Amino acid sequence: MFSGYIDGLIVILAINVIMAYSAALPLVAGQLNLGTAGFMAVGAYMAAFLSNEYGLPIGVAILVGSLASGLIALIIGIPVLRTSGIYLALATFALGQILVAVFLNLEIVGAAQGYPVYGYIEMPTIALTTIGLLILLFVLSQTRFWLYLTAIKNDPTVCDLFGIEVRNVQLAAFVLGGMLAAVAGGLQAHYLSYVEAQSFGALISIYTVLFVILGGTQTVLGPLVGAAFFTFLPEVFRSGEEWRYAIFAAFIIGFMVLRPQGMINANMMRRLKAPFGGKASA
Amino acid sequence: MLLEINSLSVKYGRIPALEDFSMEIKRGEIATVLGANGAGKSTLLKAILGMEKASHGKVVWEGENVTNWSPSRRIKDGLALVPEGRRILIAQTIEENLLLGAYQRDDVDAIRHEMETIYDRFPNLCERRHMQASCLSGGEQQMLAIGRALLSKPDLLMLDEPSLGLSPLFVKQLFKLLRDLNKGGLTILLVEQNTDQALALANTGYVLERGKLIISDGAQKLANDPRLHEAYLGVAAE
Repeated sequence: MFSGYIDGLIVILAINVIMAYSAALPLVAGQLNLGTAGFMAVGAYMAAFLSNEYGLPIGVAILVGSLASGLIALIIGIPVLRTSGIYLALATFALGQILVAVFLNLEIVGAAQGYPVYGYIEMPTIALTTIGLLILLFVLSQTRFWLYLTAIKNDPTVCDLFGIEVRNVQLAAFVLGGMLAAVAGGLQAHYLSYVEAQSFGALISIYTVLFVILGGTQTVLGPLVGAAFFTFLPEVFRSGEEWRYAIFAAFIIGFMVLRPQGMINANMMRRLKAPFGGKASA
Repeated sequence: MLLEINSLSVKYGRIPALEDFSMEIKRGEIATVLGANGAGKSTLLKAILGMEKASHGKVVWEGENVTNWSPSRRIKDGLALVPEGRRILIAQTIEENLLLGAYQRDDVDAIRHEMETIYDRFPNLCERRHMQASCLSGGEQQMLAIGRALLSKPDLLMLDEPSLGLSPLFVKQLFKLLRDLNKGGLTILLVEQNTDQALALANTGYVLERGKLIISDGAQKLANDPRLHEAYLGVAAE
């Protein structure tokens, strides 16, 4: 369809976008998950294993991988989400590393040698899946659940006052995020035909969070814009050779200083929406 | 009897914040709890809502012992608290703030309808319903906090020092609002430092001093009780 380069770039964009939302869901509720790469690894290995060994259709394999990742997020989330702030960030960071370390030593999926994947999915499938997930997320953002996430971030005490089960809502966001990361992992595994534990390093988790913070958490569009921007930016600077990473870093710092609330913020969205009348949100 | 509290005690660690407190609120009544800072007034409200555990005693709501109920269950059953300092989410819109109050409810049409009633009552909020709550003045934020609590459809509305930090004009409006709500059948438990206005509004008054109930009486009688001033000024009765 497109050249290999464009195809590859679209896939990277799709994966980054899904990952951005996997970090965004807990972050909207004020929780920094620095272990998204771990959940991505769970999804990648689980989906690859199921399609390789049991011949499950790739879609089903990815779905099961996502559910497995959600289950792990649920089991681990219950104790981990008792912490908050920097402790939560550290705990999730460690969790991500542990999950990856498990695969690095798991012989059944090739351990450190990596794991070849026989099933293959093409770029359009990945793009369409991503669009489907985006639609689901946009619908979710119009529900009260999203309002509770933002409310918890702003004032957990006031949420208690209205009977919002703060812990459960936070856990739900964490689990949904874990499931999304696993979908990204499963898609990537079947596109690259190879899964390697080393590719789910801590940097992936950190970049994912960066997409969200730079895009902004006030609106549902923020993570999408952040992920898109920072997927294309290094490509634009490709001509700058090794300097491109320095320029990239300077960009990040510049954004942090000039626009701490992210590229897209709530007021901006309201101004855009205003000509089309008010927003119904119940 | 809508709410009965029997010798309720609450401790923070080993320090007693509320000791052996009892009160009764009838449906349709306004009760006020008075006392200086640190007397245990806020603790009392939180204990009624279940946000603080009772170390002793019980809370009976509509004839049922709810002492071990979770806050969310009590809220669902008709208790609501307007917290001290209002606690509006300033980054959210006014409408989103109101919707938070309806967390326990699924009857979307009824919520919409009641929201309109609240907007009728507070036209200032209606005009800016899609704007961030940070654009509201302190008094308007207090109205929003009350509107939010009303949207949970309470049988008993508890307010923790709602007049704090408001201009005299808004204080007047606030007390008028509480009177109106009460005429509409709402039972109110008001915690205040604004003694005169609270007693002028209420049917019964309770005075707390260092966690203990020292006087409870009809509001009018209490307004003329010299012990009330001692409780505030900390002068020991000779």
